[in-house]
Amino acid sequence: MVINKAIKKSLRVAYGETLTELGKKDENIVVIDSDLSCSTQTQMFAKEFPDRFFNTGVAEQDAVCLAAGLSTCGKIPFVSTFAIFASGRAWDQVRNSVAHPKFNVNFVATHGGVTVGEDGASHQSVEDISLMRSIPHMIVIVPSDSIETREAIKFAYEYNGPVYVRLSRSNTPDVNGSDYKFELNKSKVLIEGTDVTMISNGETLCEALECAQMLKKVNINAEVISMPVVKPVDKETLIKSAAKTGAVLTLENHSVVGGLGSAVCECLSENHPCITKRIGVNDEFGQSGKAEELLVKYGLTADKFYDEVLTLVEKKNSK
Amino acid sequence: MTEQKRLSEEELKNLEEVAKKIRENILIMINTAKSGHTGGSLSPVEVILTLYAKCMTHYKDWHNSPEWGNRDRFILSKGHASATLYATLAQMGYFDEHELLTFRKLGSRLQGHPTFGLLPGIEVSTGSLGQGLSMANGIALGLKLDKKENYVFVLLGDGEIQEGQVWEAAMTSAHYKMDNLIAVIDRNRLQIDGDTEQVKSLDPLDKKWESFGWQVLEIDGHNLQEIYGAIEHAKELGKQKSAPVMIIANTIKGKGVTFTENQASWHGKPMNDEELQKALQEIRG
Ligand SMILES: Cc1ncc(C[n+]2csc(CCOP(=O)(O)OP(=O)(O)O)c2C)c(N)n1
Ligand SMILES: [Mg+2]
Repeated sequence: MVINKAIKKSLRVAYGETLTELGKKDENIVVIDSDLSCSTQTQMFAKEFPDRFFNTGVAEQDAVCLAAGLSTCGKIPFVSTFAIFASGRAWDQVRNSVAHPKFNVNFVATHGGVTVGEDGASHQSVEDISLMRSIPHMIVIVPSDSIETREAIKFAYEYNGPVYVRLSRSNTPDVNGSDYKFELNKSKVLIEGTDVTMISNGETLCEALECAQMLKKVNINAEVISMPVVKPVDKETLIKSAAKTGAVLTLENHSVVGGLGSAVCECLSENHPCITKRIGVNDEFGQSGKAEELLVKYGLTADKFYDEVLTLVEKKNSK
Repeated sequence: MTEQKRLSEEELKNLEEVAKKIRENILIMINTAKSGHTGGSLSPVEVILTLYAKCMTHYKDWHNSPEWGNRDRFILSKGHASATLYATLAQMGYFDEHELLTFRKLGSRLQGHPTFGLLPGIEVSTGSLGQGLSMANGIALGLKLDKKENYVFVLLGDGEIQEGQVWEAAMTSAHYKMDNLIAVIDRNRLQIDGDTEQVKSLDPLDKKWESFGWQVLEIDGHNLQEIYGAIEHAKELGKQKSAPVMIIANTIKGKGVTFTENQASWHGKPMNDEELQKALQEIRG
């Protein structure tokens, strides 16, 4: 599997385009943003359908409950703002006004993780997946490329209930093929391997794939699984891979507390205990810096994964 | 009414020069970082400078001494204007001007948004809009509990006050008769998605705050004399009325550089080198 890292695409633009396409087909789609439509790219929809676009200004809690109300009238709201505000500022509104009644509201939160960059800790959401995953009824999706973003948005539109889609600020190379199909209950095994399993999503997936190529050179066959759906977690694929390799690593642009790593470890410890390692932001806040620098600083690059895999495989073999 | 306090011609001239220097530094910082908030950093330059230079009781030498507790406090609720706060603190001698160039870089004390615990003069962490007034209320109450005469100043963005929490806090300030709290709104009439009145209208702003139990003053937020007069008046007014005071400072987003003035598109954009040179020329005059 070869990925062209030189060609990167914006997940947010993919979102804006898909939303506008869907808006043409279905008049019930409405979009709510909180003064960030230029960043989230809901501006594309706003230009095309000004009557179905509502800007609450800087008021995220208002936006979430406004969407809840709209959904009771048969509308299909997409709510967008930065991940930190959608999941943090408006958590109680998401939980009580949307998720508890299982209203059909879609959250597409952008600027997830430390790659927000220079804005620093106040804007870098490393807790949103954890926060959203803990809410009953909520589906949590972290697409890794523009192709998966489009399909995830289409899924969110079709699915009747709350969905949280987390997009990165950074552009990413396409990892998935044009024949890609989004399946809620099925992760994708991108590379088959026998020695260790690497599970990732979002921006770190392509780093995991690159790491697998590096590992090949030292005769370690890594299995790489793309797991965009953090909730509900794909138990079957997980157990099958863990049974085969006996060692599982998770890689994510999020805290190791409560995100993909936690979801995977919860599942495995109950169903198929094995050696595991969660790689992500180690229970700390982010800070200002360039996105690429921060990925290095927080150990979210192929090089860093490589070292971690070697340590884990050693641990497995010495058992 | 007591006579309005005034700055002397010399004080005015000096402040104008410092304001220029601060504007230059802001633009250089944002250009060096290749990231930052140009528009909203240029609009509150005069307000923040007048506070630190003329209206607040604070001495950099108090830092790390028992006197530190006797300072007036400033909270930048619109944390994205951090460049202005840092550039002003540098002018006040809180740290060396050279450090401004580390703005927004990995490991810097000058984080993208004001971050507590790194630099003296940064009282709380802001950046998530809408939280500063509540924290200022807490400080105002704390000062009262300690029987201190100090004031708390807080600067809000106009888009920012669309956050519901601001109005929760507004009620708290009035309820507790916070006569030691003075708030300023940077009324530049723009937010990210455009004109505030088009995105989600705020007017009539004065009536909104009045009806929440605040004393309200309105000024030209670039006129140093008016800013000084209003803040000094607010100190007395609050005591007379046993109420918090709101100063609506009418400003121009991107003020000082023709091509950034009143342009929503300059909200979160850095200047490139060419634009920077042009801007510096205009500011230096
Ligand atoms: C809670 C929250 N929501 C959204 C943002 C993103 N944001 C940063 S600045 C801004 C616009 C603020 O407008 P205004 O208060 O008028 O600021 P100014 O015009 O002074 O720059 C927004 C939405 C944020 N920082 N915090
Ligand atoms: Mg404004």
